[in-house]
Amino acid sequence: MTSAPVLALRGVSKRFGAVQALTDVELEVHAGEVVALVGDNGAGKSTLVKTIAGVHPIDDGQIEWEGRPVHINRPQDAQHLGVATVYQDLALCDNLDVVNNLFLGRELKRRGTLDEVAMEQKARELLDTLSIRIPSVRIPIASLSGGQRQVVAIARSLIGEPKIVILDEPTAALGVEQTAQVLDLVERLRERGLGVILISHNMADVRAVADTVAVLRLGKNNGTFPVQQTTQETIIAAITGATENAVTRRAARTAEAAK
Amino acid sequence: MSNHTKTTSPTMPGPAVDPRLLQRESGLSGYLNEFVRKVRGGDLGSLPVIIGLIVIWLVFSLNDGKYFAASTAEFIAYYMVGIGLLAVGLVFVLLLGEIDLSVGAVSGLAAAVYAVLSVNEHVDPWLSVLLTLLTGAAIGALHGFIFAKIGVPAFIVTLAGFLAWQGVMLWLLGNSGTINLDDKGLNHFLSGNSYFLGGDISGAYILAVLAVASLLFGGFSEQRRRRSSGVPFKPTSEIVLRAVLLAIGAFGAAYVLNQASGVPNALVLFLALLIVCDFVLRRTSYGRKIFAVGGNIEASRRAGISVPAIRISVYAISGTFAALGGLAIAATTNAAGQAGGDPNNLMMAIAAAVIGGTSLFGGRGRVWSALLGMLVIESINAGLYMLGLTLDIQYMITGGVLLAAVVVDSLSRRTQKSSGRA
Repeated sequence: MTSAPVLALRGVSKRFGAVQALTDVELEVHAGEVVALVGDNGAGKSTLVKTIAGVHPIDDGQIEWEGRPVHINRPQDAQHLGVATVYQDLALCDNLDVVNNLFLGRELKRRGTLDEVAMEQKARELLDTLSIRIPSVRIPIASLSGGQRQVVAIARSLIGEPKIVILDEPTAALGVEQTAQVLDLVERLRERGLGVILISHNMADVRAVADTVAVLRLGKNNGTFPVQQTTQETIIAAITGATENAVTRRAARTAEAAK
Repeated sequence: MSNHTKTTSPTMPGPAVDPRLLQRESGLSGYLNEFVRKVRGGDLGSLPVIIGLIVIWLVFSLNDGKYFAASTAEFIAYYMVGIGLLAVGLVFVLLLGEIDLSVGAVSGLAAAVYAVLSVNEHVDPWLSVLLTLLTGAAIGALHGFIFAKIGVPAFIVTLAGFLAWQGVMLWLLGNSGTINLDDKGLNHFLSGNSYFLGGDISGAYILAVLAVASLLFGGFSEQRRRRSSGVPFKPTSEIVLRAVLLAIGAFGAAYVLNQASGVPNALVLFLALLIVCDFVLRRTSYGRKIFAVGGNIEASRRAGISVPAIRISVYAISGTFAALGGLAIAATTNAAGQAGGDPNNLMMAIAAAVIGGTSLFGGRGRVWSALLGMLVIESINAGLYMLGLTLDIQYMITGGVLLAAVVVDSLSRRTQKSSGRA
């Protein structure tokens, strides 16, 4: 990763009233890189993602997009830059079919009316290139399984040609085979040269697809590790803060007493 | 997906078909199979309406031999327009999963506004119509604004409107309580003695030919485009079958209406507006947004849809149709009276939309349900009218029909959920 990062957070802080949710957080995402964002519950992962997606504007610090400082105050700002977010609750319309969901808010038009044919054609192409298998592009989302909905939601994020895709716990509620499908899809996103931010609690998933692991703890950076050269124990220690526990404290006290 | 195998690769884009998908078999039997499967899954479509219509027609014609007559058809075709227009506006609101209880009161108020403008103030009749429709739109937009921006439940907002606009109507009508309308402008067009092409026998058939021809043209041109783009298209047999069914209905209706006086212009206006609304809902991004908001508000918001704008505009549409319906109802008696805001009209309009297949739970429905539902309701009304039943019985039956429609809707939704379609 010698090129400049597509997205970089520099010293980002966010407060909610008395709660300091994020403190001086740094994060870099390059094109064609999968960054796993891990941390315990309440570590600030979701808040961080929401600042990038424009749901919560940041209080301090800077967001850089392709090297230039930018302001992301609304979800639309993030979308215009090329950030697509797939939230945990997917946000698909159950009553609409797959094509309509893929193009919701970005419908293709022909002479002022919806161009269903072109949309269906594009939807098939997209799903085929991602090797997504669903019964039909014209059935309502309500008839799809959880894994199929997840891949449709991810495919939907690609319609706007984004540069960064944020996936919030994409495998949380999925079975073994469906998880494998979603992880395959994440790799295909990387092959397409997209930067991916993957939030996950599942270390196996993280180690399977991520290039870099960024650990958050209590709203602060607690280490960024290349996945290949790092053991699982190191990452878990960073997540749980095991470097600062009863054993280390006693060791520090005995060291002090020995002086 | 235990049998998942990668049969497609990015370099060879072929149709990735899930082996578990039930493909429709070709031919008529395949059509029938799919129909049965849909009904089992709770997707009833127009089935309850058709069964309901047959039952109603059977019951009434067994009671009164004169029920099956051209004059009955003419009665139904004419009197369904007023409340049918209210129902069209309600379909938009129901698609959002909301309700508008004010349409009956707004329709009464609109008739009063039109009467005061055109009769008392001598404003040009067409200008009065325009001002009346704008009043309806403004009232609807006000309801929508209070609902969407302030967050008061739509049920309460429109219930308050139901009372308040009824009061405004009474105030406008003043002491006399009734204002007789002049037989000109839209009022003449909507009155019971204005027929398409002056009631000429060709008029009804021209309309029927137009309907069938446009269905065939639309069907085949879409088939051609889909075939050339390489996406699945409807087989010719299906398009022809649909056209034949429509032709039977359209030419049958034309023949029966010609036995009486022809096609009422009010019905022509109603059908034209239904076509326009159907187009807006199914073929424009605005219509798609209405369905999306009715399906999942959060998803719509994240897709960049302004949910408040959709809500306000939909209530404005509902208000406009309520005003137009009010004008049509006033035209039937040629007067704007205190009965204009009859709450019965509201219940009938809701019942019509729901009976026709538009769900109370949002996101599912078509404007054609206003037409189908009104056919059912006016068939009942015509029968009760001929049997000379009194108001008490009429109210009981109307209540029963509304309840039955909502029960069918709730049951079909439950079946849809249990078979993974909702």
